[in-house]
Amino acid sequence: METSTAIHSHDPHDPHGHGDHAEHHDLGFWRTYVFSVDHKVIGIQYAITGLLFLFLGFCLMMMMRWQLAYDGKPLPFFGPLLARFVKNGGMDAGGVPGVMTPDFYNSLGAMHGTIMVFLGIVPIAFGAFGNYLVPLQIGAPDMAFPRLNMASYHAYWVGGVLMLSSFFCPTGPPKSGWTSYSPLADLMDKQAGLIFNGQTIWILAMVILISSSLLGSVNIITTVIQLRAPGLTWMRMPFFTWTQLITAFLLLLAFPPLEAGSFMQLMDRVFGTSFFLPHGEVFNNQLVNVSGGGSPLLWQHLFWFLAHPEVYVLILPALGIVAEVITNNTRRPMWGYKAGIYAVMGIGFLSFVVWAHHMYLTGMGRVVSTFFQTTTILISVPSVIILTCLLLSLWGGSIRFTVPMLFATAFLPEFGIGGLTGIPLAFTSTDLFLHDTYYVIAHFHYIVAPGTIFAIFAGIYYWYPKASGRMMNQFWGKVHFWLSLICINMIFMPMFLQGMAGMHRRGFDGGKTYTLSAPALHWNVTIAHAAWGLGLVQFIFIFNFFWSMKFGRKVGANPWNATTLEWSAPSPPPHGNFVGPIAAYRGPYEYSVPGHPVDFVPQADPQGPRTDAGALGH
Amino acid sequence: MEMEIPYTVSARPDTGLYNAKIGIWLFLASEVMLFGGLFSGYVFLRMGAQPGYWPHGMLNVPIGTLNTCILISSSVTAVLAWASLKMRQFTQYQMWMAATIVLGVLFLIIKLCYEWPEDFKRCGVYIKQEALAKYEPYLGNQYLYSKGLPPRVEITGELENEDALTNPNTREYDLHVDATYADPTNPANDRPSFFQRPVSDKVVKINKADVDFASKFYPSHNTFFGCYFLIASLHALHVFGGLIVFSYFLITGSKLYRKNPEHLCNRVEVAGLFWHFVDLVWIFVFPLFYLL
Repeated sequence: METSTAIHSHDPHDPHGHGDHAEHHDLGFWRTYVFSVDHKVIGIQYAITGLLFLFLGFCLMMMMRWQLAYDGKPLPFFGPLLARFVKNGGMDAGGVPGVMTPDFYNSLGAMHGTIMVFLGIVPIAFGAFGNYLVPLQIGAPDMAFPRLNMASYHAYWVGGVLMLSSFFCPTGPPKSGWTSYSPLADLMDKQAGLIFNGQTIWILAMVILISSSLLGSVNIITTVIQLRAPGLTWMRMPFFTWTQLITAFLLLLAFPPLEAGSFMQLMDRVFGTSFFLPHGEVFNNQLVNVSGGGSPLLWQHLFWFLAHPEVYVLILPALGIVAEVITNNTRRPMWGYKAGIYAVMGIGFLSFVVWAHHMYLTGMGRVVSTFFQTTTILISVPSVIILTCLLLSLWGGSIRFTVPMLFATAFLPEFGIGGLTGIPLAFTSTDLFLHDTYYVIAHFHYIVAPGTIFAIFAGIYYWYPKASGRMMNQFWGKVHFWLSLICINMIFMPMFLQGMAGMHRRGFDGGKTYTLSAPALHWNVTIAHAAWGLGLVQFIFIFNFFWSMKFGRKVGANPWNATTLEWSAPSPPPHGNFVGPIAAYRGPYEYSVPGHPVDFVPQADPQGPRTDAGALGH
Repeated sequence: MEMEIPYTVSARPDTGLYNAKIGIWLFLASEVMLFGGLFSGYVFLRMGAQPGYWPHGMLNVPIGTLNTCILISSSVTAVLAWASLKMRQFTQYQMWMAATIVLGVLFLIIKLCYEWPEDFKRCGVYIKQEALAKYEPYLGNQYLYSKGLPPRVEITGELENEDALTNPNTREYDLHVDATYADPTNPANDRPSFFQRPVSDKVVKINKADVDFASKFYPSHNTFFGCYFLIASLHALHVFGGLIVFSYFLITGSKLYRKNPEHLCNRVEVAGLFWHFVDLVWIFVFPLFYLL
């Protein structure tokens, strides 16, 4: 019923027909589901693998929260179980099975960060959503380099599995934090063997993951430049595709310096060079026998040159998803579509010149600090422009509170909290106090967890019918949303208080050794329970996800009455995506065009008003 | 059933480019950032080095010059191979392509089979600050100071007692020093210079108690060699990768040529762009490490 208006004259096939099956079976199981070159299959592969890693990273964090809340007590049930599997006695501190050692806590912290950023969010936000949607949104039959696309997915999971294999090293996983700061990361666990030790495996896995994302970003950019359908000019491209394009540029240009840094750290660990080791370095009370002459700061510069643009790699696709969901559910064009695009470009550019605001405490000097304070404050301008555009898009819209819209509307204030609490961190005077406290943890988790992850959920609920031909259950979707919203804020809001009380982010005993933060320590228990609650709530989503695949309500090509090109393809789209020739005749968000009988005009509809909301200045 | 991806061979009218050409330029942009990161590391470490601790003239300049010429020639032959294909002269294409591969292989052979093994034979011994005066007859730091040059803190040459590096019981290094240290105040021995100083007959005995750090010219010898071997071996890997791609085009090219000559031509062009980039990286490596 909802679908009928979206089927076009050039799309005579029954959208429920699944005409692709015959083709797929011709290729056989392996080439259809494992070594597929179809961007949609690869996108789904990325999504499933990424969600698995995301949950794994979350499990590591739930264990850490136990340790912080109940220091010295054995982790119930899982603790003794893990004590058997984890090497080097990570889970039997003091001989009690199930009690976490400080070293193992450090490993969990390092692996949580690494998994969440490099194996969870980026592969979902960029790999999965980018792969699946960008070719569809620009009306292309596939990515420009399908085999390269396959290679980048397979490099990704190989890198991920290699990263996880560090759990089985004799000395356990890397312990130097997700930032792998030298000199610690240069010298840690070298006794375990040249290659098979946590930190070296971390480096090797990172090199593979970086190569994977380089291939992916080359592919996305080329696809957007070369394969746009006729009529799909730059200013008719959906906001989501714009954010993916800029994200791809960030990955393309920011990752290689970290690859360079990784090679240097690899040389330091394997060949005994001193890129990051100064003269006279002492480790474990022994003078390290190296030539010296290196600089630990060099690693920090190379690392943060990637890792700050990486923050925008995490957030830009989320902004894109939210923009799509909000325009669709407010039934009106995106407010300030062009301003938003220029702001995304501005963020992309500025994100390359803010990295050293992570390094105020290193004593870079006042001039350098001032420069980076200025650029950091500058980058808040385009961020606020985008958030304002999205917020004002709600104004006067007839809002439908569907499940994706719930997640998208929640994203706005949560992202706002994350962004505004970043401002005190941008100034050296306040950062000197807040640096490395739980305040920082709360700040960037507000951006990434109730920010990006909520946007990812919005995107999954929104495009699930496109990918599967079925709707996810809306009631359980709403339950999932409300419970997640409550839990996630109970996790991160108290961290601001703990951080301002001075609780250090890397203490393994829940801050007990810091008498300064004693009044804020009781929050650890609240946070732990909220975290486990959030973990439980996700099972609603997991169940809904798989149950709907089989039993969800069947839908046609365009269940949300949306306008962008992907909704003109059948659900799920066949191999080659579109049934007939596809072209764009207007801007991406032609909702509620005055005088038009229905409240949306698809981009691919050759009839109907030829308007570009952006150009007309709604 | 394969579907057709648009603009794999012909150019898209509004961009004027086929897909792979955009792809390779983007890839090269990321390569610029990769080597840019490495060269920035070089600048960072060199600027931060204490006076005298950044060595000069340690590499074999004539061999480096020869390799530079070889690599530049291979870029010329790569262009000629592409041009021959564009003019649909397949035999000429094969000839130029083969020449490119031969030159590339020659570059790697000179580097891996001659230049680096020669480096690995040599040894350097860093003298502790407080012992520098003791070795002044070999270092000539007074002379360097009067000329406004940075001091020498390291004595280089070839070890007579090889086991001194590993055996904790040996008390001293017996070093066949380079000519520079045999006659440190002779201006002809200042570094850097085009020809490497030969090893002199003089053997200097250096007490281990006076030594800060000693090793052969491996990457771990100092940050200069660390940077050099890292960047040069990454560059060599790129040369190797380019050679594999070129060999593939040479061996299997005729099949694609008969089917779609323009497609082969595009592939050679794209691989050629990569090759020129690799050449360009060497153009930076050569002066930064061999000459400066």
